Amino acid sequence: MNDELTQLIIAATRELSAEQGIEIKQALGPDTRLFGEGGLLDSMALVSLVIAVEQAVEEKYDTPVALADEKALSQRSSPYRTIGTLASYAAQELSARRQSA
Amino acid sequence: MASVPVTLITGTRKGIGRHLAEHYLALGHRVVGCSRQPADLDHPQYQHVTTDVCDEPGVKALFAQVRKEHGRLDNLVNNAGIASMNHSLLTPVETVRRVMDTNLTGAFLFTREAAKLMQRVKYGRIVNFTTVAVALNLEGEAAYVASKAAVEALTRVMARELSGFGITVNAVGPVPIETDLIRAVPRDKIANLVNRQAIKRLGKFEDVANVVDFFLQPDSGFVTGQVLYLGGV
Repeated sequence: MNDELTQLIIAATRELSAEQGIEIKQALGPDTRLFGEGGLLDSMALVSLVIAVEQAVEEKYDTPVALADEKALSQRSSPYRTIGTLASYAAQELSARRQSA
Repeated sequence: MASVPVTLITGTRKGIGRHLAEHYLALGHRVVGCSRQPADLDHPQYQHVTTDVCDEPGVKALFAQVRKEHGRLDNLVNNAGIASMNHSLLTPVETVRRVMDTNLTGAFLFTREAAKLMQRVKYGRIVNFTTVAVALNLEGEAAYVASKAAVEALTRVMARELSGFGITVNAVGPVPIETDLIRAVPRDKIANLVNRQAIKRLGKFEDVANVVDFFLQPDSGFVTGQVLYLGGV
C-alpha cells in the first residue's frame, strides 16, 4: 500500500506545484523532502498538500483519514518531512481507520 | 469566481437561513442547504442535506457531496444556531453543551471543511452569525452569548489563518428578528433590547441579507475578520 500512497502523494505534489507555480527541479520519490530544510513546500503549501492527500486517499480507498491531527503535529520526527514519511503515515492512519470501521 | 456561485448555507429549514437560501436562489446561485430535519424548499438549483452541523461524519459526507457535484464552493454562510434564554443559575449543563456544540463546533467544522475546498482555487467567502447580545452582555442568555462570543473569536482568528488562501471570514450580528428563536422571549424583554439599539426597531430578513451580500461580494476581498452589528449596537 505504501507504494500506491507514494504515487498518490507524488501526483498530488505535482498537481499542487503546477497550481501554485512551485518549481520542481528533481525527480519526485520517497526521499524527496517536502517540508523543513531543503523542502519543496512552505507551510501554506504543506497545508494544501495535506488536504489534497486526505481527499485523494478518501476518494481512492473510500475511507476518510485525518493526516493533520495533533498526533501528527506533535510527533518528534514529523510525518511531513518527505514523501516517504507522509506515505507511511497515511498507510498507518488508513489501516487504523479500516480496522476500527 | 465562476459565473454561477455555489453557496452553502446551514440551518435552511426555517428562519433567517431559509430566507437567505431563497434570496441567493433568486440571485441565481446554486445553493446547498442543511438542517437536522428535511426541508420543504423546492427549487431546481437547491439541494438539501439532512445533518446535524456538529456531527463530523455527517458534515464530511456533505462536503464530499459538494466536491463531487460542484467541484468547488464559493460561499459559506454559517447560519445554523440555537439559543437558550434562561438565567445561568437555571441552565442545565446539558443545555450549555448543546448550545456550544451547535453554535461553535458547528461553525468551526463547516469553516474548516469549506476552507479545504476553497483553498485550492484561492477564493472563498465565509460568513458567521453572532448576535448583538454579545456586545450588550445581555443577561438571561449566558450560554448563548458565550457561544457567540466564541464564534466572534473564531471569525477573527480564522480570518488570519485563511487570508493566505484568499478566503475571508466575517460575522454579522443581527438584532432580534421575528423568528422561532425569539418567539419564546417575553415581549418586554425584546422591547428592552430594542431600546438599547441606536435604531429602535426589530430587524428584518432583508437587513441581514444586505450585510451577508456585502461580505460575499467578490469585491469585498479586503474585508476580513470583521463583526458587523445591525441596528447601531
